[in-house]
Amino acid sequence: MNIASFAPLAVVLPILGAALTFVLIRHSRAQRTVSIALLSLTLALECLLLASVWEGGTAAVNIGGWLPPWGIVMVVDQFSSLMLVVSSAVSLAVLVYATGQGMADGDHDAPVSIFHPTYLILVAGVSNAFLSGDLFNLYVGFEILLTASYVLMTLGGTGPRIRAGVTYVVVSVVSSVLFLISIAMVYGATGTVNMADLAIKLADLDPGTKTLLHVMLLVAFGIKAAVFPLSFWLPDSYPTAPAPVTAVFAGLLTKVGVYAMVRTETLLFPGDSLNTPLMVAALLTMVVGILGALAQSDIKRLLSFTLVSHIGYMVFGLAMSSVAGLGAAVFYVAHHITIQTSLFLVTGLIERRGGSSSIDRLAGLAKLSPLLALLFFIPAMNLAGIPPFSGFLGKVGLMQAGIELGTPLAYTLVIGGVLTSLLTLLAVARVWNRAFWRKPSDAEHPDPVLLAPRETSDTGRRGGRNNVTLLPRTMVGSTLGLVLLGVSLTVFAGPLFKVSDQAAADMLDRSSYIQAVLGEETAVPLILTSGGGK
Amino acid sequence: MSVNLTLLAVMGALYACGIYLLLERSLTRVLLGLMLLANATNLLILATGGYAGLAPFYAKDTPAQDYNDPLPQALILTSIVISFAVTAFMLGIIYRTWVLARQDEIQDDVEDLRVAETPSFDAEDDAEIPMETSEFPLTMVGGDGRSVSDQALTRPGGESAGSTVAAGAKRIDAIDAAAEEQPGSQNVTPGPEGGVK
Repeated sequence: MNIASFAPLAVVLPILGAALTFVLIRHSRAQRTVSIALLSLTLALECLLLASVWEGGTAAVNIGGWLPPWGIVMVVDQFSSLMLVVSSAVSLAVLVYATGQGMADGDHDAPVSIFHPTYLILVAGVSNAFLSGDLFNLYVGFEILLTASYVLMTLGGTGPRIRAGVTYVVVSVVSSVLFLISIAMVYGATGTVNMADLAIKLADLDPGTKTLLHVMLLVAFGIKAAVFPLSFWLPDSYPTAPAPVTAVFAGLLTKVGVYAMVRTETLLFPGDSLNTPLMVAALLTMVVGILGALAQSDIKRLLSFTLVSHIGYMVFGLAMSSVAGLGAAVFYVAHHITIQTSLFLVTGLIERRGGSSSIDRLAGLAKLSPLLALLFFIPAMNLAGIPPFSGFLGKVGLMQAGIELGTPLAYTLVIGGVLTSLLTLLAVARVWNRAFWRKPSDAEHPDPVLLAPRETSDTGRRGGRNNVTLLPRTMVGSTLGLVLLGVSLTVFAGPLFKVSDQAAADMLDRSSYIQAVLGEETAVPLILTSGGGK
Repeated sequence: MSVNLTLLAVMGALYACGIYLLLERSLTRVLLGLMLLANATNLLILATGGYAGLAPFYAKDTPAQDYNDPLPQALILTSIVISFAVTAFMLGIIYRTWVLARQDEIQDDVEDLRVAETPSFDAEDDAEIPMETSEFPLTMVGGDGRSVSDQALTRPGGESAGSTVAAGAKRIDAIDAAAEEQPGSQNVTPGPEGGVK
């Protein structure tokens, strides 16, 4: 019995947990225990999955015993299992953080008790999207995670959240409709939605139809991944959600879009037909995103803009369609999920400690809480790409691949990447200077909690109640865990880069994926490129 | 493969109306637009299954135009369920907007408006400060030819401020430009939530 045949449990366990926590809706303690236990179990299973494909290879599971291309398949390869492990580790940390916040503030209010079931459904949707070997199942995975995210986004139903939620829901539904239209067109053109089967059948289509389908899918995924002209919904909607929700959205949801783009580009439409527009989009995503970040004074909004900007790096790696570029992009996705989520969690802590998330109002946090300063500093430097952190390594990988490619556009992107990295440093340094280094008396309208003497600093007023723990141990602990995970990505960058490169080579070669799904004797069509750019 | 023209025409009309409604500012119309888009897509999926009225029959040697593919209908069922859930959720949101704001309109993003209104002049970085801040003050000459360094520290009684300094589009008193770093400065206009310059 192969461990990969347990892959569907990565989806089933969180859904089971959602059902259980929904039954236990009145018992918040039992709810917490069940959701954390089941998510840990899922994470352990996914680590086993990753270990089983660590040396390479692809495994496919036929759900219900239906043979592909008719039945639904789930495919475990290095890329998907790596994404599963990183996403589950991150969502576990965020779950612990959220329960810590709930325990500190008292979560007896009705809306919060639906947090656990909804959150677990979100995790199930993300796992389903990563594992899916079939375009329609990918759509279902997207819908599961999106529907859960609508609920999480508008949790509590306050004015700003509803306002942001409307934007988010409408944009997401439009992108889903586009995805569904593309699926219908793909099915109309080829008669299959199985991705391995599509990889073979799409090769026989005439170039016009093929380009149409390709562009449709990329636009649908581009909205979800927040690639430049389609990214404006993100900074508008993410910052208003509760801190743990924003953190998990920032870490996971856009990356599912990136994952889908990678699969489309490598498996379904290999070759370099759309590489030039993708590269231009990547450049604009990087530069426009980071310029937006510099104009913000709210840390959550600033981070949302850096999130958009750094999606550009991943698209850059993808657009090169070389092993080095795609490998660096895979590494960068894993790095960015961890770092961006920990930054949003720290921002939640900053908001708790300093009474605001606006850098005009914050000050003196380095003195008030050195631990918080450290927790912010490490991922911030990591995001900006300061050596020796994983952000630096990922960016160096991308730059090397770009220079290896050697076209003028690739060089422009390398320069754009370095510029974006510097501007990211400027953006996070602004936060650091204002929120952590200057004196509290320099801030505009500082929260009284910043000016209070240090002795009373572990409790304060929050939400109209006195003596609330400002930095609960669970919240700090989970953030610390995630920051350490980010640092360990740096420490274990060697093996990780090796796996990413191998995953990239496998994805570009395609034979491992196609033969795992359709059988060993399947012939893999040759990849046609327009120029000698490979 | 023959395609049902009526179905296609209806689909096109639904898409057109859906996109038109989606661009409205009223949330209920946006929701109606989304529903039309979802249903138009369902028709598109249905059209991929083949001509209506044929049996969903499959044998290896049946030519493609002689049978109807049942799979798209299964896909449509899934898509109907999903759009049903989303519609219900949107209705909930619209009701909530109505409860909160008494209006069924998409509202502007406050933070976006703030960034849009921020002038390129930043008092902290861009103001020319004619004040002598060293411990050994020299006499400095302001824009009007009078010395500013000593008098600016004590605001002259009443309205008559000392010399003025160009600060972006407006002119402000030298004392305010100098005192910008201190709390209670008049160079910045504090907003209701703070942070508004």
